[in-house]
Amino acid sequence: MGEIKVKDKDVVVPGETLAVGMDFLPSYGTYREGEKILSSRLGLVNVEGKVIKLVPLSGVYQPKKGDTIIGQVVEILLTGWRINTNSAYPAVLNMKDATSEFIPRGADLTKFFCIGDYVMVTIINVTSQNLVDLTMKDAGLRKLMGGRIINVGANKVPRIIGKQGSMVSMIKQYTNCRILVGQNGVVWVQGEDPAKELLAINTIKKIEQEAHFVGLTDRIKEFLEAHK
Amino acid sequence: MAYETRFDGRRFDEIRPIQAKAGIIKRAVGSGWFKIGNTEAYAAVYGPREMFPKFKQNPETGVLRCNYNMMPFSSAGERVRPGPSRRSKEIGMVTERALRPVLDLSEFPNAVVDVYIELPQTDAGTRCAGICAASIALADAGIPMKDMVCAISAGKVEDKILVDLNYEEDSHEQGVDIPVAVLHNSKQIALLQMDGEISPEDLRRAIELAKNASDQIYEAQKAALKDKFLLKE
Repeated sequence: MGEIKVKDKDVVVPGETLAVGMDFLPSYGTYREGEKILSSRLGLVNVEGKVIKLVPLSGVYQPKKGDTIIGQVVEILLTGWRINTNSAYPAVLNMKDATSEFIPRGADLTKFFCIGDYVMVTIINVTSQNLVDLTMKDAGLRKLMGGRIINVGANKVPRIIGKQGSMVSMIKQYTNCRILVGQNGVVWVQGEDPAKELLAINTIKKIEQEAHFVGLTDRIKEFLEAHK
Repeated sequence: MAYETRFDGRRFDEIRPIQAKAGIIKRAVGSGWFKIGNTEAYAAVYGPREMFPKFKQNPETGVLRCNYNMMPFSSAGERVRPGPSRRSKEIGMVTERALRPVLDLSEFPNAVVDVYIELPQTDAGTRCAGICAASIALADAGIPMKDMVCAISAGKVEDKILVDLNYEEDSHEQGVDIPVAVLHNSKQIALLQMDGEISPEDLRRAIELAKNASDQIYEAQKAALKDKFLLKE
């Protein structure tokens, strides 16, 4: 009979023994060595029946098919734009995926997006060499005008959005800001009142810092009430 | 003459007091601070990020790149000339090789993980302190790694085998300094260098001493990483 060495929601360091015995199964962020299951990165333990996995607490964004991200245009190509994805790999937004408008051969692509513009896009494909293709042909995908950009850890994005968007809609409600959160950890905030904009940014930073604690929604609600 | 008591009064198998912290450099992806006695090392990890110059990219796996730097005012003696030197390049290389066995960068082809080690204050054992700090920083940066790397120097002064030499012992006429990096779980050796002369039996005893001391370093590294994620009011 196997024995589990850590509790659920514990923070573990690389190489820490999580469980001993063959009746546990290693999942993401763990590996088996002989009888033992060890952690292969820093993370939060998640035990589901026999399966042990780690939830990462830190790290750089890794592009994934289907993710909606906020990127910055860094280069104009012959047939599209190169977009910085806030990861190790830049992406390409092809002009056929960017607009349904007819673009004649040799047209000036800066009419659509200039270097430095921020765009909300979806990843349509990631190759084994991590070449990333993007699309803008979906609801809500567009160029972002005005507003402010902040960067947060990509692992914290699910907490910023909350269950069915509960957290982000709470911030929107209290601060009257428009907020878009990209899966890559880039957040766009735009509000009428600069003070409210700042409050939204501070709230998001607070969520980022306290993302792995329980009862986060209540703490953030208190914070927003106190600074209203 | 026999070496009876150590210059700073420690036991021969006793290491200097350790302090460690994780996540102290806010703009880095991961960072670590490791202090052993008067030797102090900061490590900052950036990446995985795009590799430049491009010809150094590896399409099969990510690359680890380490940079070791002693600050001009860090040493007890003369001012250290800033910038890369033969010595700092070598230590950067051995640090890289000590850390590579635990890292798995296969998820990040063409990318690079940069580790910058800075030493504001030194009193021997800098490459070991640098490796310990870098290990904390890499774990903090969420890079897949199967184990922690703990490094400590062992050696011999006159007739005594000892661990964690300070500068007085390191620069002793009959001193032998052996930096050892140990992978915590498997106790495999990832770095072994030597300055001085020693017999094979004494070398074995010194390495054994270093392996035993590495457990204390691991505990400090582990506590530092866990402390970062504790709830603080």
